[in-house]
Amino acid sequence: MSTGRKIWAYRRENGRVGVRNHVAILPVDDISNAACEAVAAHIQGTIALPHSYGRLQFGEDLELHFRTMIGTGANPNVAACVVIGIEPGWTQKIVDGIAATGKPVAGFSIENNGDIATVAAASRKAKEFVHLASEQVRVECDLSELWIAAKCGESDTTTGLASCPTVGNMYDKLIPHGIYGCFGETTELTGAEHLAAARAATPEVREKFMKVWKAYQDEVIEAHKTSDLSDSQPTKGNIAGGLTTIEEKALGNLEKIGKKVSYIDVLKPAEMPARGPGLYFMDTSSAAAECNTLQAAAGYVVHIFPTGQGNVIGNPIMPVIKVSGNPRTVRVMSEHIDLDVSGVVRRELTIEQAGDALIDMIVRTANGRMTAAEALGHREFVMTKLYRSA
Amino acid sequence: MGYLQGHARRVGPEEEDLTLSAPHLLVHDHKDNVGVVVVEGLEAGTEMLCVVTEDNSDFRMVAHQAIPIGHKVALKDLKPGDTVIKYGQDIGRMVGPAARGEHVHVHNLKTKRW
Repeated sequence: MSTGRKIWAYRRENGRVGVRNHVAILPVDDISNAACEAVAAHIQGTIALPHSYGRLQFGEDLELHFRTMIGTGANPNVAACVVIGIEPGWTQKIVDGIAATGKPVAGFSIENNGDIATVAAASRKAKEFVHLASEQVRVECDLSELWIAAKCGESDTTTGLASCPTVGNMYDKLIPHGIYGCFGETTELTGAEHLAAARAATPEVREKFMKVWKAYQDEVIEAHKTSDLSDSQPTKGNIAGGLTTIEEKALGNLEKIGKKVSYIDVLKPAEMPARGPGLYFMDTSSAAAECNTLQAAAGYVVHIFPTGQGNVIGNPIMPVIKVSGNPRTVRVMSEHIDLDVSGVVRRELTIEQAGDALIDMIVRTANGRMTAAEALGHREFVMTKLYRSA
Repeated sequence: MGYLQGHARRVGPEEEDLTLSAPHLLVHDHKDNVGVVVVEGLEAGTEMLCVVTEDNSDFRMVAHQAIPIGHKVALKDLKPGDTVIKYGQDIGRMVGPAARGEHVHVHNLKTKRW
Protein backbone atom coordinates (compact mmCIF):
# COMPACT_ATOMS: atom_id res chain seq x y z
CA MET A 1 0.00 0.00 0.00
CA SER A 2 1.67 3.18 -1.13
CA THR A 3 0.98 6.66 0.15
CA GLY A 4 2.50 8.14 -2.99
CA ARG A 5 4.90 10.02 -0.69
CA LYS A 6 8.53 9.02 -1.07
CA ILE A 7 11.25 9.16 1.53
CA TRP A 8 15.00 8.67 1.29
CA ALA A 9 16.01 6.04 3.79
CA TYR A 10 18.21 3.00 4.43
CA ARG A 11 17.00 -0.39 3.20
CA ARG A 12 18.33 -2.98 5.62
CA GLU A 13 19.30 -6.61 4.97
CA ASN A 14 15.90 -7.86 6.20
CA GLY A 15 13.96 -5.43 4.01
CA ARG A 16 13.02 -3.04 6.82
CA VAL A 17 13.47 0.71 6.35
CA GLY A 18 15.63 2.77 8.71
CA VAL A 19 15.95 6.56 8.81
CA ARG A 20 19.23 6.77 10.73
CA ASN A 21 22.49 4.93 10.20
CA HIS A 22 23.96 4.35 13.63
CA VAL A 23 26.83 2.08 14.58
CA ALA A 24 25.71 1.15 18.10
CA ILE A 25 28.02 0.02 20.89
CA LEU A 26 25.67 -1.93 23.13
CA PRO A 27 26.51 -3.05 26.68
CA VAL A 28 24.94 -6.34 27.79
CA ASP A 29 25.13 -5.16 31.40
CA ASP A 30 25.84 -2.11 33.56
CA ILE A 31 29.46 -3.07 34.24
CA SER A 32 30.23 -3.06 30.51
CA ASN A 33 29.17 0.56 30.08
CA ALA A 34 32.71 1.85 30.62
CA ALA A 35 34.16 -0.33 27.83
CA CYS A 36 31.35 0.69 25.45
CA GLU A 37 31.83 4.37 26.22
CA ALA A 38 35.58 4.00 25.67
CA VAL A 39 34.99 2.47 22.22
CA ALA A 40 32.52 5.22 21.31
CA ALA A 41 34.94 7.91 22.49
CA HIS A 42 37.69 6.36 20.36
CA ILE A 43 35.86 5.53 17.14
CA GLN A 44 34.03 8.47 15.55
CA GLY A 45 30.59 7.81 14.13
CA THR A 46 29.62 5.30 16.81
CA ILE A 47 27.19 5.70 19.68
CA ALA A 48 27.36 3.94 23.08
CA LEU A 49 24.08 2.97 24.73
CA PRO A 50 24.87 2.78 28.45
CA HIS A 51 22.14 1.56 30.83
CA SER A 52 21.74 0.36 34.41
CA TYR A 53 20.86 -3.34 34.29
CA GLY A 54 21.65 -6.79 32.92
CA ARG A 55 23.01 -8.64 35.94
CA LEU A 56 21.19 -11.33 37.97
CA GLN A 57 17.86 -10.74 36.30
CA PHE A 58 15.62 -13.77 35.89
CA GLY A 59 12.29 -14.95 34.51
CA GLU A 60 10.09 -12.52 32.61
CA ASP A 61 12.30 -9.60 33.67
CA LEU A 62 15.32 -11.27 32.04
CA GLU A 63 13.32 -12.04 28.90
CA LEU A 64 12.40 -8.36 28.70
CA HIS A 65 16.07 -7.42 29.09
CA PHE A 66 17.09 -9.65 26.17
CA ARG A 67 14.13 -8.47 24.08
CA THR A 68 15.11 -4.84 24.67
CA MET A 69 18.81 -5.41 23.94
CA ILE A 70 18.24 -7.52 20.83
CA GLY A 71 15.45 -5.26 19.58
CA THR A 72 17.60 -2.16 19.98
CA GLY A 73 20.48 -3.68 18.02
CA ALA A 74 18.05 -5.05 15.44
CA ASN A 75 16.29 -1.69 14.92
CA PRO A 76 16.59 -0.60 11.26
CA ASN A 77 18.05 2.76 12.37
CA VAL A 78 21.14 0.76 13.42
CA ALA A 79 23.44 -0.15 10.54
CA ALA A 80 25.78 -2.33 12.58
CA CYS A 81 26.28 -3.19 16.22
CA VAL A 82 29.12 -4.04 18.60
CA VAL A 83 27.96 -5.85 21.75
CA ILE A 84 30.13 -5.91 24.89
CA GLY A 85 29.30 -7.94 28.02
CA ILE A 86 31.14 -9.08 31.09
CA GLU A 87 30.92 -12.76 30.05
CA PRO A 88 30.46 -14.50 26.70
CA GLY A 89 27.18 -16.41 27.26
CA TRP A 90 24.61 -13.65 27.43
CA THR A 91 26.74 -11.54 25.06
CA GLN A 92 26.50 -14.23 22.39
CA LYS A 93 22.75 -14.61 22.93
CA ILE A 94 22.28 -10.92 22.13
CA VAL A 95 24.68 -11.08 19.16
CA ASP A 96 22.75 -14.05 17.74
CA GLY A 97 19.45 -12.25 18.17
CA ILE A 98 20.68 -9.17 16.31
CA ALA A 99 22.42 -11.29 13.65
CA ALA A 100 19.04 -12.77 12.67
CA THR A 101 18.32 -9.47 10.87
CA GLY A 102 21.37 -10.07 8.66
CA LYS A 103 23.12 -6.89 9.78
CA PRO A 104 26.81 -6.81 10.79
CA VAL A 105 27.19 -7.51 14.52
CA ALA A 106 30.06 -8.69 16.74
CA GLY A 107 30.35 -9.51 20.44
CA PHE A 108 33.18 -9.07 22.93
CA SER A 109 33.43 -10.15 26.55
CA ILE A 110 35.57 -8.68 29.28
CA GLU A 111 36.32 -11.59 31.67
CA ASN A 112 39.79 -13.05 31.08
CA ASN A 113 40.61 -10.04 28.84
CA GLY A 114 40.12 -6.91 30.92
CA ASP A 115 38.68 -3.61 29.73
CA ILE A 116 41.76 -2.45 27.81
CA ALA A 117 42.17 -5.47 25.54
CA THR A 118 38.40 -5.68 25.08
CA VAL A 119 38.18 -2.01 24.11
CA ALA A 120 41.07 -2.45 21.66
CA ALA A 121 39.47 -5.45 19.92
CA ALA A 122 35.99 -3.91 19.93
CA SER A 123 37.37 -0.63 18.59
CA ARG A 124 38.93 -2.36 15.60
CA LYS A 125 35.58 -4.00 14.79
CA ALA A 126 33.69 -0.75 15.42
CA LYS A 127 36.00 1.06 12.99
CA GLU A 128 35.32 -1.58 10.36
CA PHE A 129 31.56 -1.12 10.92
CA VAL A 130 31.87 2.67 10.63
CA HIS A 131 33.44 2.26 7.19
CA LEU A 132 30.64 -0.12 6.16
CA ALA A 133 27.89 2.13 7.51
CA SER A 134 29.29 5.34 6.10
CA GLU A 135 29.18 3.86 2.61
CA GLN A 136 25.49 3.00 2.90
CA VAL A 137 23.39 5.32 0.75
CA ARG A 138 19.82 6.39 1.24
CA VAL A 139 17.45 4.91 -1.32
CA GLU A 140 13.93 5.83 -2.32
CA CYS A 141 11.36 4.15 -0.07
CA ASP A 142 7.66 4.73 0.50
CA LEU A 143 6.41 6.67 3.50
CA SER A 144 4.10 3.72 4.18
CA GLU A 145 7.13 1.57 5.06
CA LEU A 146 7.79 3.54 8.23
CA TRP A 147 7.04 2.28 11.73
CA ILE A 148 5.92 5.35 13.67
CA ALA A 149 5.40 5.26 17.45
CA ALA A 150 3.82 7.90 19.66
CA LYS A 151 3.86 8.84 23.32
CA CYS A 152 3.03 12.16 24.99
CA GLY A 153 4.72 13.82 27.96
CA GLU A 154 4.60 16.84 30.23
CA SER A 155 1.05 16.96 29.02
CA ASP A 156 -1.36 19.76 29.75
CA THR A 157 -4.81 20.70 28.56
CA THR A 158 -3.47 21.92 25.20
CA THR A 159 -2.18 18.40 24.53
CA GLY A 160 -5.74 17.11 24.30
CA LEU A 161 -6.85 20.13 22.27
CA ALA A 162 -4.02 20.35 19.74
CA SER A 163 -0.89 18.17 19.73
CA CYS A 164 -2.45 14.75 20.50
CA PRO A 165 -5.31 15.19 17.98
CA THR A 166 -2.62 16.17 15.44
CA VAL A 167 -0.92 12.81 16.00
CA GLY A 168 -4.30 11.07 15.79
CA ASN A 169 -5.03 12.76 12.49
CA MET A 170 -1.66 11.56 11.14
CA TYR A 171 -2.47 7.97 12.19
CA ASP A 172 -5.96 8.21 10.67
CA LYS A 173 -4.33 9.24 7.39
CA LEU A 174 -1.24 6.97 7.29
CA ILE A 175 -2.33 3.71 8.91
CA PRO A 176 -4.74 2.84 6.09
CA HIS A 177 -1.70 3.12 3.76
CA GLY A 178 0.26 0.47 5.65
CA ILE A 179 2.43 2.09 8.31
CA TYR A 180 2.87 0.45 11.71
CA GLY A 181 1.73 2.64 14.61
CA CYS A 182 2.16 2.20 18.36
CA PHE A 183 0.81 3.76 21.53
CA GLY A 184 1.35 2.64 25.11
CA GLU A 185 1.21 4.20 28.59
CA THR A 186 -0.96 1.64 30.34
CA THR A 187 -1.34 3.67 33.56
CA GLU A 188 -2.13 6.88 31.76
CA LEU A 189 -5.15 5.38 30.06
CA THR A 190 -6.82 5.11 33.46
CA GLY A 191 -10.03 7.07 33.26
CA ALA A 192 -10.32 6.44 29.53
CA GLU A 193 -9.78 2.66 29.61
CA HIS A 194 -13.38 2.06 28.52
CA LEU A 195 -12.79 4.20 25.43
CA ALA A 196 -9.39 2.58 24.77
CA ALA A 197 -10.94 -0.88 25.10
CA ALA A 198 -13.65 0.09 22.62
CA ARG A 199 -10.99 0.87 20.01
CA ALA A 200 -9.67 -2.71 19.93
CA ALA A 201 -10.15 -4.33 16.53
CA THR A 202 -11.64 -7.57 17.86
CA PRO A 203 -13.11 -8.92 21.11
CA GLU A 204 -9.90 -10.97 21.58
CA VAL A 205 -7.73 -7.84 21.40
CA ARG A 206 -10.13 -5.97 23.65
CA GLU A 207 -9.89 -8.71 26.26
CA LYS A 208 -6.11 -8.69 26.00
CA PHE A 209 -6.09 -4.92 26.55
CA MET A 210 -8.36 -5.07 29.59
CA LYS A 211 -6.27 -7.85 31.11
CA VAL A 212 -3.08 -5.82 30.75
CA TRP A 213 -4.72 -2.64 32.07
CA LYS A 214 -6.21 -4.44 35.07
CA ALA A 215 -2.89 -6.14 35.85
CA TYR A 216 -1.24 -2.73 36.07
CA GLN A 217 -3.92 -1.55 38.47
CA ASP A 218 -3.75 -4.65 40.66
CA GLU A 219 -0.10 -5.66 40.53
CA VAL A 220 1.60 -2.28 40.31
CA ILE A 221 -0.64 0.48 41.63
CA GLU A 222 -2.66 -1.34 44.29
CA ALA A 223 0.37 -3.34 45.42
CA HIS A 224 2.73 -0.39 45.82
CA LYS A 225 0.75 2.75 46.46
CA THR A 226 1.24 4.44 49.82
CA SER A 227 -1.65 6.90 49.58
CA ASP A 228 -3.31 7.83 46.35
CA LEU A 229 -1.28 8.61 43.25
CA SER A 230 -2.14 12.30 43.28
CA ASP A 231 1.51 13.31 43.66
CA SER A 232 2.61 11.26 40.64
CA GLN A 233 -0.42 11.13 38.36
CA PRO A 234 -1.00 13.77 37.17
CA THR A 235 2.59 14.98 37.56
CA LYS A 236 3.53 18.34 39.03
CA GLY A 237 4.16 19.54 35.47
CA ASN A 238 0.74 18.33 34.34
CA ILE A 239 -0.89 20.18 37.24
CA ALA A 240 1.03 23.38 36.49
CA GLY A 241 -0.32 23.06 32.95
CA GLY A 242 -3.90 22.83 34.15
CA LEU A 243 -4.56 19.07 34.19
CA THR A 244 -6.31 18.10 37.41
CA THR A 245 -7.17 14.39 37.33
CA ILE A 246 -5.90 11.16 35.77
CA GLU A 247 -9.20 10.85 33.89
CA GLU A 248 -8.68 14.24 32.25
CA LYS A 249 -5.08 13.35 31.40
CA ALA A 250 -6.07 9.99 29.93
CA LEU A 251 -8.77 11.46 27.71
CA GLY A 252 -6.25 13.88 26.22
CA ASN A 253 -3.68 11.11 25.85
CA LEU A 254 -6.10 8.91 23.90
CA GLU A 255 -6.60 11.65 21.30
CA LYS A 256 -3.26 10.38 19.90
CA ILE A 257 -4.89 7.38 18.25
CA GLY A 258 -7.23 9.45 16.15
CA LYS A 259 -10.86 8.83 15.39
CA LYS A 260 -10.92 6.02 12.84
CA VAL A 261 -8.28 3.36 13.35
CA SER A 262 -8.49 0.50 15.81
CA TYR A 263 -5.51 -1.36 17.27
CA ILE A 264 -4.94 -4.87 16.04
CA ASP A 265 -2.89 -6.34 18.88
CA VAL A 266 -1.62 -5.77 22.41
CA LEU A 267 2.15 -6.09 22.66
CA LYS A 268 4.29 -7.00 25.64
CA PRO A 269 6.97 -4.38 26.47
CA ALA A 270 9.50 -4.25 23.59
CA GLU A 271 7.64 -6.99 21.67
CA MET A 272 7.90 -6.70 17.91
CA PRO A 273 4.51 -6.40 16.16
CA ALA A 274 3.61 -9.58 14.28
CA ARG A 275 0.20 -8.99 12.78
CA GLY A 276 1.26 -6.82 9.86
CA PRO A 277 0.65 -3.12 9.26
CA GLY A 278 -1.68 -1.30 11.63
CA LEU A 279 -1.90 0.31 15.03
CA TYR A 280 -0.62 -1.58 18.10
CA PHE A 281 -1.01 -0.99 21.81
CA MET A 282 2.08 -1.78 23.89
CA ASP A 283 1.98 -2.38 27.64
CA THR A 284 4.43 0.26 28.86
CA SER A 285 5.12 2.57 31.74
CA SER A 286 4.10 6.16 31.14
CA ALA A 287 7.60 7.44 31.92
CA ALA A 288 8.82 8.87 28.62
CA ALA A 289 12.31 7.40 28.39
CA GLU A 290 11.12 3.91 29.38
CA CYS A 291 8.25 3.93 26.90
CA ASN A 292 10.34 5.31 24.02
CA THR A 293 13.13 2.80 24.66
CA LEU A 294 10.61 -0.07 24.52
CA GLN A 295 9.04 1.24 21.31
CA ALA A 296 12.45 1.59 19.64
CA ALA A 297 13.31 -1.95 20.75
CA ALA A 298 10.10 -3.20 19.11
CA GLY A 299 11.39 -1.83 15.80
CA TYR A 300 9.84 1.63 15.52
CA VAL A 301 12.08 4.04 13.60
CA VAL A 302 10.36 7.42 14.06
CA HIS A 303 8.72 8.72 17.21
CA ILE A 304 6.12 11.46 17.61
CA PHE A 305 6.07 13.12 21.00
CA PRO A 306 3.27 15.61 21.69
CA THR A 307 4.06 17.81 24.67
CA GLY A 308 2.24 20.60 26.45
CA GLN A 309 4.55 21.96 29.11
CA GLY A 310 7.72 20.93 27.24
CA ASN A 311 9.23 17.48 27.82
CA VAL A 312 12.78 17.48 26.39
CA ILE A 313 13.11 13.69 25.83
CA GLY A 314 15.11 12.08 23.03
CA ASN A 315 16.30 8.60 22.15
CA PRO A 316 19.76 7.52 21.02
CA ILE A 317 18.66 5.58 17.92
CA MET A 318 15.13 6.79 17.09
CA PRO A 319 14.43 10.42 16.15
CA VAL A 320 11.80 11.90 18.47
CA ILE A 321 9.70 14.63 16.83
CA LYS A 322 8.27 17.09 19.37
CA VAL A 323 4.87 18.60 18.70
CA SER A 324 3.36 21.28 20.91
CA GLY A 325 0.17 23.29 20.79
CA ASN A 326 0.87 25.38 23.89
CA PRO A 327 1.53 29.00 22.79
CA ARG A 328 3.74 29.68 25.82
CA THR A 329 5.82 26.50 25.47
CA VAL A 330 6.53 27.05 21.78
CA ARG A 331 7.77 30.52 22.71
CA VAL A 332 9.80 29.85 25.88
CA MET A 333 11.11 26.39 24.88
CA SER A 334 11.25 26.83 21.12
CA GLU A 335 14.57 24.99 20.80
CA HIS A 336 12.83 21.75 21.84
CA ILE A 337 9.83 21.91 19.52
CA ASP A 338 9.96 20.53 15.98
CA LEU A 339 6.37 21.31 15.05
CA ASP A 340 4.36 24.21 16.44
CA VAL A 341 0.63 23.53 16.27
CA SER A 342 -0.41 26.32 18.66
CA GLY A 343 -2.39 27.75 15.75
CA VAL A 344 -4.98 25.10 16.61
CA VAL A 345 -5.90 26.78 19.91
CA ARG A 346 -6.07 30.16 18.17
CA ARG A 347 -8.36 28.56 15.56
CA GLU A 348 -5.90 29.51 12.81
CA LEU A 349 -5.07 25.94 11.98
CA THR A 350 -7.43 22.98 11.72
CA ILE A 351 -6.51 19.55 13.09
CA GLU A 352 -6.65 18.37 9.48
CA GLN A 353 -3.96 20.89 8.47
CA ALA A 354 -1.91 20.19 11.60
CA GLY A 355 -1.96 16.46 10.71
CA ASP A 356 -0.69 17.27 7.20
CA ALA A 357 2.06 19.45 8.70
CA LEU A 358 3.09 16.55 10.93
CA ILE A 359 3.25 14.19 7.94
CA ASP A 360 5.52 16.73 6.20
CA MET A 361 7.75 16.83 9.28
CA ILE A 362 7.86 13.01 9.39
CA VAL A 363 9.00 12.96 5.75
CA ARG A 364 11.66 15.59 6.41
CA THR A 365 12.88 13.75 9.52
CA ALA A 366 12.95 10.43 7.69
CA ASN A 367 14.96 12.09 4.93
CA GLY A 368 17.59 13.12 7.47
CA ARG A 369 16.51 16.34 9.17
CA MET A 370 17.81 16.13 12.73
CA THR A 371 15.14 16.61 15.37
CA ALA A 372 15.43 19.15 18.16
CA ALA A 373 16.22 16.33 20.60
CA GLU A 374 18.96 14.97 18.32
CA ALA A 375 20.52 18.41 17.85
CA LEU A 376 20.43 19.01 21.61
CA GLY A 377 22.08 15.64 22.35
CA HIS A 378 19.16 13.93 24.08
CA ARG A 379 19.91 10.20 24.14
CA GLU A 380 17.75 8.89 26.96
CA PHE A 381 17.97 5.08 26.96
CA VAL A 382 16.18 3.57 29.93
CA MET A 383 15.46 -0.09 30.45
CA THR A 384 12.16 -1.18 31.97
CA LYS A 385 12.68 -3.42 35.02
CA LEU A 386 9.77 -5.59 36.15
CA TYR A 387 11.04 -6.56 39.61
CA ARG A 388 14.16 -6.87 41.78
CA SER A 389 17.06 -8.98 40.56
CA ALA A 390 18.06 -12.26 42.16
CA MET B 1 8.21 27.30 3.92
CA GLY B 2 7.44 24.59 6.39
CA TYR B 3 5.56 24.67 9.62
CA LEU B 4 8.48 25.29 11.93
CA GLN B 5 8.33 27.86 14.66
CA GLY B 6 4.90 29.28 14.27
CA HIS B 7 4.32 29.47 10.55
CA ALA B 8 0.73 28.50 11.04
CA ARG B 9 -1.51 28.86 8.04
CA ARG B 10 -4.76 30.72 8.06
CA VAL B 11 -7.71 28.42 7.63
CA GLY B 12 -9.28 28.73 4.21
CA PRO B 13 -12.90 29.84 4.09
CA GLU B 14 -13.91 26.61 2.39
CA GLU B 15 -12.74 24.67 5.43
CA GLU B 16 -13.85 26.64 8.43
CA ASP B 17 -15.52 29.87 9.50
CA LEU B 18 -12.94 32.65 9.35
CA THR B 19 -15.00 35.27 11.10
CA LEU B 20 -13.90 34.15 14.56
CA SER B 21 -11.07 35.97 16.22
CA ALA B 22 -8.74 34.02 18.52
CA PRO B 23 -10.76 32.58 21.40
CA HIS B 24 -9.92 32.92 25.08
CA LEU B 25 -11.52 29.65 26.05
CA LEU B 26 -12.01 26.31 24.27
CA VAL B 27 -14.62 23.71 25.17
CA HIS B 28 -14.36 20.20 23.71
CA ASP B 29 -17.98 19.07 23.80
CA HIS B 30 -21.42 20.57 24.36
CA LYS B 31 -21.91 18.24 27.34
CA ASP B 32 -18.86 19.72 29.12
CA ASN B 33 -19.27 21.88 32.21
CA VAL B 34 -15.68 23.22 32.10
CA GLY B 35 -13.58 24.91 29.41
CA VAL B 36 -9.84 25.58 28.98
CA VAL B 37 -8.16 29.00 28.92
CA VAL B 38 -5.92 29.19 25.82
CA VAL B 39 -4.48 32.69 26.19
CA GLU B 40 -1.77 33.93 28.54
CA GLY B 41 -2.42 36.56 31.18
CA LEU B 42 -6.22 36.26 31.31
CA GLU B 43 -7.45 38.83 33.84
CA ALA B 44 -10.48 38.77 36.11
CA GLY B 45 -13.40 40.50 34.46
CA THR B 46 -12.41 39.59 30.89
CA GLU B 47 -15.35 38.87 28.65
CA MET B 48 -14.11 35.70 27.00
CA LEU B 49 -14.83 34.47 23.50
CA CYS B 50 -15.51 30.78 24.06
CA VAL B 51 -15.51 28.23 21.24
CA VAL B 52 -16.85 24.67 21.35
CA THR B 53 -14.41 22.69 19.17
CA GLU B 54 -16.99 19.97 18.48
CA ASP B 55 -18.85 22.23 16.04
CA ASN B 56 -17.07 25.62 16.21
CA SER B 57 -20.07 27.26 17.86
CA ASP B 58 -19.24 30.14 20.17
CA PHE B 59 -20.56 32.01 23.18
CA ARG B 60 -19.35 34.69 25.57
CA MET B 61 -18.71 34.39 29.27
CA VAL B 62 -16.96 36.56 31.88
CA ALA B 63 -13.93 35.15 33.73
CA HIS B 64 -14.32 36.05 37.39
CA GLN B 65 -10.72 35.29 38.33
CA ALA B 66 -7.30 35.64 36.70
CA ILE B 67 -6.82 32.13 35.33
CA PRO B 68 -3.55 30.81 33.83
CA ILE B 69 -3.31 29.45 30.31
CA GLY B 70 -4.27 25.77 30.18
CA HIS B 71 -6.38 25.92 33.31
CA LYS B 72 -10.10 25.19 33.52
CA VAL B 73 -13.05 27.51 34.05
CA ALA B 74 -16.51 26.43 35.26
CA LEU B 75 -19.16 26.95 32.58
CA LYS B 76 -21.93 26.69 35.18
CA ASP B 77 -22.13 26.87 38.96
CA LEU B 78 -20.53 23.70 40.33
CA LYS B 79 -20.92 22.48 43.90
CA PRO B 80 -19.14 19.76 45.92
CA GLY B 81 -20.18 16.31 44.73
CA ASP B 82 -20.92 17.42 41.16
CA THR B 83 -19.32 15.38 38.37
CA VAL B 84 -17.08 17.41 36.09
CA ILE B 85 -17.51 16.69 32.39
CA LYS B 86 -14.82 17.34 29.76
CA TYR B 87 -14.51 15.66 26.33
CA GLY B 88 -18.12 14.69 27.11
CA GLN B 89 -16.68 12.33 29.76
CA ASP B 90 -16.45 12.11 33.56
CA ILE B 91 -13.11 13.56 34.72
CA GLY B 92 -13.77 13.60 38.48
CA ARG B 93 -15.78 15.06 41.32
CA MET B 94 -15.96 18.57 42.77
CA VAL B 95 -14.69 18.70 46.37
CA GLY B 96 -15.22 22.46 46.66
CA PRO B 97 -17.43 24.99 44.90
CA ALA B 98 -16.77 26.94 41.71
CA ALA B 99 -19.24 29.47 40.35
CA ARG B 100 -19.62 29.99 36.61
CA GLY B 101 -16.49 31.81 35.40
CA GLU B 102 -14.29 30.61 38.26
CA HIS B 103 -11.15 28.46 38.31
CA VAL B 104 -11.54 24.65 38.53
CA HIS B 105 -8.37 22.76 39.51
CA VAL B 106 -6.79 20.68 42.28
CA HIS B 107 -8.27 22.93 45.00
CA ASN B 108 -11.85 21.96 44.12
CA LEU B 109 -11.71 18.93 41.74
CA LYS B 110 -10.50 15.41 42.49
CA THR B 111 -10.26 12.12 40.62
CA LYS B 112 -12.74 9.35 41.34
CA ARG B 113 -10.04 6.75 40.62
CA TRP B 114 -7.41 6.92 43.30
